[in-house]
Amino acid sequence: MELLLIIVLGLLYAGGVYFILRRSMVKLLLGIMLLGSATNILIFVLGSIVKGSPPVIDADHDTFSGIYADPVPQALILTAIVISFALTAFAIVLLKRVYALVQTDDLDNLNTPEEEDI
Amino acid sequence: MLFTILSGLIVSLLLLPFGRMLKSKQRILLVVLPAALFLFYLQYIPAVSSGRFLLQSTPWIPSLATNLDFRLDGLSLLFALLITGIGTAIFFYARAYLKDHPYFNRFFGYLCLFMSAMLGIVLADNIFLLFVFWELTSISSFFLIGFNNNDPASRKSAITALTITGMGGFFLLAGLILLGNISGTYTISELIHSRNIIIHHPLYPLVLGLLCMGAFTKSAQFPFHFWLPGAMKAPTPVSAYLHSATMVKAGIYLLARFNPILGGTDLWSNTLMIAGGFTMLYAAFHSLLRTDLKSILAYSTISALGILTFLIGLGTREAVIAASVFILVHALYKATLFLVTGIIDHEAHTRDITRLAGLRKVLLPVAIAGLLAAISSAGVPLTFGFIGKDLIYEATLHAGASLSFILTALAIATNTGLVAAGFMAGIKPFSGKLPVEFEKIHLPSASLWLPPLILAVAGLIFGCIPGIAGQLFSLQAANAIFGSDTQLHLKLWHGFNLVLLLSLATLAAGTFLYYINKPSGKKQHFIQKFNPLSPEFALNRFANGIFGFSTWYTGKFHNGYLRSYHLKILLFAEMLLAYKLWLSGPIKIDFYGLAMLSIYEIAVVVILIGALVMMILTQSRLTAVVSMSIIGYCTCLMFVFYSAPDLAMTQFTIDTLTTVLFVLVLYKLPPFLNLATTWERYRDIAVSLGFGVILSLVALQVHHEAISTQTSEFYANNSYILAKGKNVVNVILVDFRGIDTMFETVVLSIAAIGVYSLLRLRLKTSEKE
Repeated sequence: MELLLIIVLGLLYAGGVYFILRRSMVKLLLGIMLLGSATNILIFVLGSIVKGSPPVIDADHDTFSGIYADPVPQALILTAIVISFALTAFAIVLLKRVYALVQTDDLDNLNTPEEEDI
Repeated sequence: MLFTILSGLIVSLLLLPFGRMLKSKQRILLVVLPAALFLFYLQYIPAVSSGRFLLQSTPWIPSLATNLDFRLDGLSLLFALLITGIGTAIFFYARAYLKDHPYFNRFFGYLCLFMSAMLGIVLADNIFLLFVFWELTSISSFFLIGFNNNDPASRKSAITALTITGMGGFFLLAGLILLGNISGTYTISELIHSRNIIIHHPLYPLVLGLLCMGAFTKSAQFPFHFWLPGAMKAPTPVSAYLHSATMVKAGIYLLARFNPILGGTDLWSNTLMIAGGFTMLYAAFHSLLRTDLKSILAYSTISALGILTFLIGLGTREAVIAASVFILVHALYKATLFLVTGIIDHEAHTRDITRLAGLRKVLLPVAIAGLLAAISSAGVPLTFGFIGKDLIYEATLHAGASLSFILTALAIATNTGLVAAGFMAGIKPFSGKLPVEFEKIHLPSASLWLPPLILAVAGLIFGCIPGIAGQLFSLQAANAIFGSDTQLHLKLWHGFNLVLLLSLATLAAGTFLYYINKPSGKKQHFIQKFNPLSPEFALNRFANGIFGFSTWYTGKFHNGYLRSYHLKILLFAEMLLAYKLWLSGPIKIDFYGLAMLSIYEIAVVVILIGALVMMILTQSRLTAVVSMSIIGYCTCLMFVFYSAPDLAMTQFTIDTLTTVLFVLVLYKLPPFLNLATTWERYRDIAVSLGFGVILSLVALQVHHEAISTQTSEFYANNSYILAKGKNVVNVILVDFRGIDTMFETVVLSIAAIGVYSLLRLRLKTSEKE
């Protein structure tokens, strides 16, 4: 039910934010993934939630006859899942390469010293 | 009149691309512009001196009450003649002065721009138009002061000048808009009819203050005077033109123009007389302590501007007459002295008056010009300066019983200083014995020495025929400042009276001061000890303070740590969302409208929360990744429960893929380190819980609102009819929004190429360092 989903998305957001405040690169990535899931659920909750009637039209009808789940948030989330996969996959590989270069998982070690004040 | 302003702007624009093509012989053509304009304005003398004026109006932005309104009356004509006449001399002189300069075209471009802008100020009859030209003069002055842009001192002076005059322009605009709003008209010549409304309006002191800020910054009145000595970093023709004869008088012009509208009140007189009176004495004193010729002239210019402000503030008939004459007197002798200084600098390569002497033997025509200008500035009889000085004393003596004594004393003190300063600049370098180092100096070409000589002789001629000169140039100007007829009539000889006595006494005292005051480096050092008290010092402190603050602020907010940026952004977002939630009032939950809850759902949520807690607490990277995938699968089950089979399938596939990729690629990484302090941990927990709670509340709030189902209904109803598909989500993705999906595929392909190439990339040994 909706309240449950709302609690879950709040927890996922909290977890995601906690992770992106860490210094570890892996945790940063996991945090971004958590935030992505949380946002998916948020979009899902914002449409009307229906049990047991997916947005698929019956074989012998041309339009819906009864109640059906809102298809628009689902289409949005489907896109979001796929795009976030592209992001995650690229980030994972990038992370590997950064690790190979600097031999650390600590974001603070990536800071290049900025040029001296003028 | 519009074309006289446009012509300068057009020439200025043309000079930038085509200026370099001008051979040095052809450069004389540049002088044609100011000379032609000078002749153009000369022809209006008969009409204007008989009391008529010219109007011209062209619509520009009528909806903003901004039109190209121009008005030529006595005051405008006096200034227009000064701008174009002295402009002609300056153009002629600068052509030789900057003969081989690589940025010759740029210099004349700025100069033409300035001349147009200055003409615009004195001709404009619309207050917005006036403001536009006002700012243009500040900008051209900025470029000209910083003309030697490889000299840091030059750049600093340019910025100081722009800061001060730009700030003044800002106040001026505010004052002008207020003035327009009070009186309901933006035409200057119509404002005078609203005089009674304006001076009795409660906002009158504010308008006056803002306008004075504009005028005082531009005309270098204390405490804004210090940009003007700095402006002497500009090439000498610029100092002569902008920073003594014309631009700095824009503030005086403004006060004179608004005197009939705002003047005549105690507030107006007191403000102007105090500011002007203090400035004239302060600057005259300072000019005596300088050793740099240009510095002496700069301070004596500030002093002269102080006298003008003071006279306008005094506001009596005599004072206005004195002001209108002194504007012309000062422009003539000060421009001459600057040009003479320029020649000395150009030939002797120094402006230090402790070293300069005896130059009359090598630069005779220049020495004559210097002498004439110096005696005009001193007010020796038969020069125009004598008339000017007489009128000033007449004005102070008739200022009213209680004041006249103090004001006359003030004027005598100032003028004594100015006499000595004029002698120091115009006579000192030429008198005495010629040092050996200067013996090889040759007289430069006539292009250099002719302009100052002509200006100096003009001062002498006007001094001999003051009646005619006054009638032609000053009468209508004085009338415009005064607001009614001043019956100005200048005479060479007034008979033996108190004024003549004072004038001669001043001359004697000034000459005496010139002989006993030996400027030296020591005195300059002494005066520098008082720098911490000067307004310039305060401004620098202020500027450094702002610089320090911005450095601190940037360091604080832009510290280079990603998590600190995250923290700031999230905190800000939380505050914003919380405020919005608080505004929208209490949240209502409709328990009856919610879907039913089953045991499976509760079980899934418990697993999900368990995985999340595990993920946060674990030190092992693998456990964290596995927990992440458990969370993904739980979400997947949620989608199954709530009628979203497509989402469930996609999520399942993607989640599996991500986990595999994670484990395959990152198996070599070390376990998580505990890097944060306990305090940081608690702070982050608080921030993240806050964010989660706020997002939950937002979701609740939005969920309660009725949503529009129009889009969903369209897709649901037309999915089969238009697109022949029964799975609505699929139809949306591949048909209704097909192009979006195609580009999504492109994004995926790009990511795939990126992943592939990063994995294939072999590290070179050098890169591993």
